[in-house]
Amino acid sequence: MSYENLSIFEQDFWEINNSLNKLLTATNASALMLIDKAGQMITSVGNTDSIDLLSFSSLSAADYAATSQLASLLGEEEFKEIFHQGKKENIYITVILSRIILVVIFSRKTNLGLMRVKLKSTVKELEDIFDQIFKKLSSGRKQQKESFNDDFKRAAESELDDLFD
Amino acid sequence: MSVINYSSREITFKIVYYGTGLGGKTTNLKQIYNKVKPEQKGKMISLATEMDRTLFFDFLPMDIGSVKGFKTKFQLYTVPGQIYYNASRKLILKGVDGIVFVADSQIERFEDNIESVENLIENLEEHSLDINEIPLVLQYNKRDLPNISSVSEMDEAINPWDTAYVEAVAIQGIGVFETLKTVSKKVLQSL
Repeated sequence: MSYENLSIFEQDFWEINNSLNKLLTATNASALMLIDKAGQMITSVGNTDSIDLLSFSSLSAADYAATSQLASLLGEEEFKEIFHQGKKENIYITVILSRIILVVIFSRKTNLGLMRVKLKSTVKELEDIFDQIFKKLSSGRKQQKESFNDDFKRAAESELDDLFD
Repeated sequence: MSVINYSSREITFKIVYYGTGLGGKTTNLKQIYNKVKPEQKGKMISLATEMDRTLFFDFLPMDIGSVKGFKTKFQLYTVPGQIYYNASRKLILKGVDGIVFVADSQIERFEDNIESVENLIENLEEHSLDINEIPLVLQYNKRDLPNISSVSEMDEAINPWDTAYVEAVAIQGIGVFETLKTVSKKVLQSL
């Protein structure tokens, strides 16, 4: 399969969050979210209390996927950035290593030009982190197997039975 | 592609309901949404046309609780069944961990089911995925209607893999949970 599981370990997770928090502070954005292309959220920082994160992740990934298809219809490989402008809130979407989507939610308090400049270095940082994660994943399938052994599967199946009864 | 976060101790799987137009994919999700406890589900999103036909997808996040310290989540998606929405269908399959193929048992939809299975195989191939390697469950839906193909006829036509199937009347909730449970267990087994 070309699409392997994405596993994120403690240290990488904190590095990712540090990088996102730096961007959040530097740009005064409301919130940042990292989402995998299948629509599953990896992490978020900032003020997300009023946002339904699961819905937001799934729709952002769909938005990005649909826009990428529009790009390919025009002969472009992808549109690297998507910008949605609202009256109060705006969304800026970019992609990390063609696999992870970074969504910035921001209001008038954020300067768009400044944000795009700062975003570039964050994207570079995140690319380095995810590059390491993907390398680890391709060499570390065994470790994952051990964490999710038969005990886990049995316990999960029992939860499933309870859920549907 | 499941996402496993060892820091927040969460694991998330993506399950896609595939099949012909008006076969009952959205009905499956609606039944699940209506019957699962509020704490175990998120908001259901439907990107549908004004006529209530799925345009892009339906989405239902589910939380099965903590398993050995891992918050375990399933995200259920449907695809639009109508033939001309193939571009959207292909997008939804990205990163899929398990598939439910909802087949319409009515005799007049027999060929449509075959076409839709072929379309599924093709679209998976475009994501470099092999249908033999993905947890798959077939749901033979609308078993309450009078003019339907037999299970063995359907099996012969659209189940060359001899994978698990569930007979269902999704609109009455019959077979809906059994289908979801079967595919979920298959997904966990493949982890």
